[in-house]
Amino acid sequence: MPEPLLSVRDLAVEFSTEDGVVHAVNGVSYDVYPGEVLGVVGESGSGKSVGVMSLLGLIPQPPGRITSGEAIFDGRDLLKMPKKQLRRLRGDDVAMVFQDPMTSLNPVLRVGDQLGEAISTHRPELKRGQVRARVIQLLELVGVPNPETRYSQYPHEYSGGMRQRAMIAMAIANEPKLLIADEPTTALDVTIQAQVIEVLKAAQHETHAATILITHDLGLVAELCDRVAVMYAGRIVEMGDIYTIFAAPRHPYTIGLMQSLPRLAAENEWLQPITGQPPSLLNMPPGCPFHPRCFLSQGRLPCRTDVPELRSIDERAHLTRCHYADELHGQGAATTAAAVEGVS
Amino acid sequence: MSERSAQPPHIEQPPTSAAIVGEPQVAMQMDDHLELSYDSGVDLKARSQWGYAMRRFLRHRLAMGSLVVLLFLGIVALFADFFAPYAFDEPDFLSITLPPTTEGNHFFGTDFLGRDSLSRIIYGLRTSLWVALVVSLLATLIGTTVGAVAGYFGGWVDNGLMRLTDLVLTLPGLAVLLTISVYVGQGDPKRVAIILALLFWTGFARIVRGTFLSLREKEFVEAAKASGAGDGRIILRHILPNAIGPIIVNATLIVAAAILTEAGLSFLGFGVQPPNPALGVLINEGQSEGLKFWWLVTFPGLVIVLIALCINFIGDGMRDALDPTQRRIRA
Amino acid sequence: MTTYILRRLLYSIPVLFAASFLVFAMVSATGDPLGTLKMTPNISQQTIDLITEKKHLDEPIPIRYFYWLEEALTDKFGSTIIGERPIWDDLSRVIGNTLQLVIAAELIAILVAVFIGVYSAIRQYSAFDYSATTFSFLGLSTPVFWLALMLQVLVVNIFLAYDVRIFYVSNLSSPDPDNFLLDRIQHLALPVIVLAIASIAQYSRFMRASMLEVINSDYVRTARAKGLPERTVIMKHGFRNALIPLTTVIALNFGALLGGAIITETIFSLDGMGLYFITALNDADPYPIMAWLAITSIAIVLFNLIADIAYGFLDPRVRYE
Repeated sequence: MPEPLLSVRDLAVEFSTEDGVVHAVNGVSYDVYPGEVLGVVGESGSGKSVGVMSLLGLIPQPPGRITSGEAIFDGRDLLKMPKKQLRRLRGDDVAMVFQDPMTSLNPVLRVGDQLGEAISTHRPELKRGQVRARVIQLLELVGVPNPETRYSQYPHEYSGGMRQRAMIAMAIANEPKLLIADEPTTALDVTIQAQVIEVLKAAQHETHAATILITHDLGLVAELCDRVAVMYAGRIVEMGDIYTIFAAPRHPYTIGLMQSLPRLAAENEWLQPITGQPPSLLNMPPGCPFHPRCFLSQGRLPCRTDVPELRSIDERAHLTRCHYADELHGQGAATTAAAVEGVS
Repeated sequence: MSERSAQPPHIEQPPTSAAIVGEPQVAMQMDDHLELSYDSGVDLKARSQWGYAMRRFLRHRLAMGSLVVLLFLGIVALFADFFAPYAFDEPDFLSITLPPTTEGNHFFGTDFLGRDSLSRIIYGLRTSLWVALVVSLLATLIGTTVGAVAGYFGGWVDNGLMRLTDLVLTLPGLAVLLTISVYVGQGDPKRVAIILALLFWTGFARIVRGTFLSLREKEFVEAAKASGAGDGRIILRHILPNAIGPIIVNATLIVAAAILTEAGLSFLGFGVQPPNPALGVLINEGQSEGLKFWWLVTFPGLVIVLIALCINFIGDGMRDALDPTQRRIRA
Repeated sequence: MTTYILRRLLYSIPVLFAASFLVFAMVSATGDPLGTLKMTPNISQQTIDLITEKKHLDEPIPIRYFYWLEEALTDKFGSTIIGERPIWDDLSRVIGNTLQLVIAAELIAILVAVFIGVYSAIRQYSAFDYSATTFSFLGLSTPVFWLALMLQVLVVNIFLAYDVRIFYVSNLSSPDPDNFLLDRIQHLALPVIVLAIASIAQYSRFMRASMLEVINSDYVRTARAKGLPERTVIMKHGFRNALIPLTTVIALNFGALLGGAIITETIFSLDGMGLYFITALNDADPYPIMAWLAITSIAIVLFNLIADIAYGFLDPRVRYE
């Protein structure tokens, strides 16, 4: 096993709001290895975005606060790094692609300038002509037609898919070691989604960057990722490689997620949502946060009082956070295998 | 693939994931789920939009404080006869131009005719508040009507009404007010109120028109039309409630603007005139003699500032309460 | 772009005409410019008749309107009814004075307000932010004339107590100043301060809100994620964008200020548009009133147009075909 590129341990982030303290991230630990794609899956409010953005110092510190944890990247702890150093990493070794390309680009500046900025800020020795050439090359790489013309255009003159391509181009401009994509396709039409996914694949292939893909779309995970971490209420509840997770999930929440996917070849006519609501992050229930909605728990005492630890199931690096995970002997195999087939 | 049945199947209980585990099923009923949800702190109370707004407003300390002060001033003004130590036109030639003093309860001093300043301020407050409230009410009515009609019907109706609005906006406001008041409405508070309202309605027209234009095409309007609702009903019951928020905020802020404008008009001698003791009039009277008698100018002015400040805070609080787009945190 | 401008101007013309006619009708119908004259014992009926005929005062109002229009367009607004003073000479003089006042006030207001607004936004909820907000609210809630009076009281009392004349409380200039510029500054200082305060209150709130919205926007987040230095993020991506809506507000305000500084000018006895208007109003002479209104209305229309064009210039999303 090669050395992890990024090692996050016990990350906890909270926000002070008018209504109280929100524990957005509650002790999250994971590793990212060079060249792999790690998917982070969860509903809104699961802490998946906050968990990652806090690594780069992109969470406003009031009202947010990183209360604990370390994030070792390339030998250095991101969370304890002085701001200047962290800034130099951003856009260079670690780059981000955001969800909504419409609002993520500055409307009054030309696209070419914005991409060029990303380059010249980290490579000030390059001349204007060189930067421009590189930008056009990048635009071509991500599949933006007529890059010379498009260079001088404004974001509103691009279509949604093109803007996201430009964002991706911006992210890979300096050949980052780690690429973080936060719901990159959520705001796009389905047909455009497919195109952008291809671009992401190409970008990853080109730069050999490790990628963290944050999404709620399991289909995307199945297509792009090598490993996946499932988050719920600010904690990772299951983590492993995708074949294992999809074939034999070992956490009731993951099972619920797989089950709720609409499938073509299914006997049931009705979709199967996970009943109930995600917990309020202000007022977490004691014990395992999933227990009110859990079919496995059945009201058993440990579920209601103790937060389960993240432990490995078998030798394959498959972790789960459930008191009774052993009772799930991959019996979901049949149904969830069908899920994977139906989706990808 | 089985065909859809003619009627939705009768569901006893929702399918649970217990099925795939193969364990003896402890069937969880819907209610149990909800029970547990309640215990786990999930807030399932349904709160209306207004409930949220009210809560936010009550938390806005400055707005609440201002509301209290304003209510106090309003009561004093309303029951002026009770609160004022003297009548507003009671000369007392033995006590001319006294500085603030405790003798005779002339806390704010007296003016050139020995009239008690405090009393005059209280009565003036009543006049000014009355005018401002009427102005706001009228401006709201006129502006909302114009905006609603223009936004809903569109086309040349909209065009025409917008030209009218432009007309009013093109004229330099204060000057036109002065002109009109010279020739039409001097002196009488009612007329002053009407004239001021004719200046302030344009803001409402714009806001309401904007709302109507954007909501006119929405599905719920089509639905209402399909069920036979007439235009009037659609306007009043369906679309207008959506604009109430900004309308209320604007109406509040207009009250403050009206007070300031009316004071200015009265000060220049064109609005409410003596013997009616509007606050602007008081300042005008007090400023003769080269400002030697500072209390005649300072106190009425301070009252104006206080009222306008309170109203502005309240309006601001309401704006915050009705539009909580503060920092959004995506988890 | 030119077609857009032309179209806008074309739209404004009927509005201007309608407005001017309304005002003319009102002024002429209810006021009698010869009123004072008629009460003066020495003036003969003959003189009155002469003036009446010359100024067409016995014709119906629409006809008089067209006479006015003719004189306005051909003879630079003509002359006053009483005294036959050419209007344009007076008017151009007072416009110049008012412009000095307004331009100085707006420049100061913009500089101060932008700084306050941006700094309040960057340091939201700090002591500076709270005090700035308080002052803004105070500025918005204080009647202009009262503030002017209070300042006058202050300055006069300082003068009386310490025999030091910091600023003047009235008029544009002293009769025979040693240093004309300094003297003018001393005279205009107080009125400029009064006007500026109101503008600062309004602009700084607006700038703060605009800046806050921009700072919390997604594209600023992107700029940070790119690794740009914080100063570049705030200035190039934040400030520039936040300034755009403010320019519209400023342009609109400027148009209104030309005719809107009436109260300030009256209190400080400045020989500007305001005083001119009040005098004309009291004289009930429709000609100078109309001329004044025409100028100010045109200014408003013009600055509305400038506001829109400037916005289109700054924000590429809103370019006009």
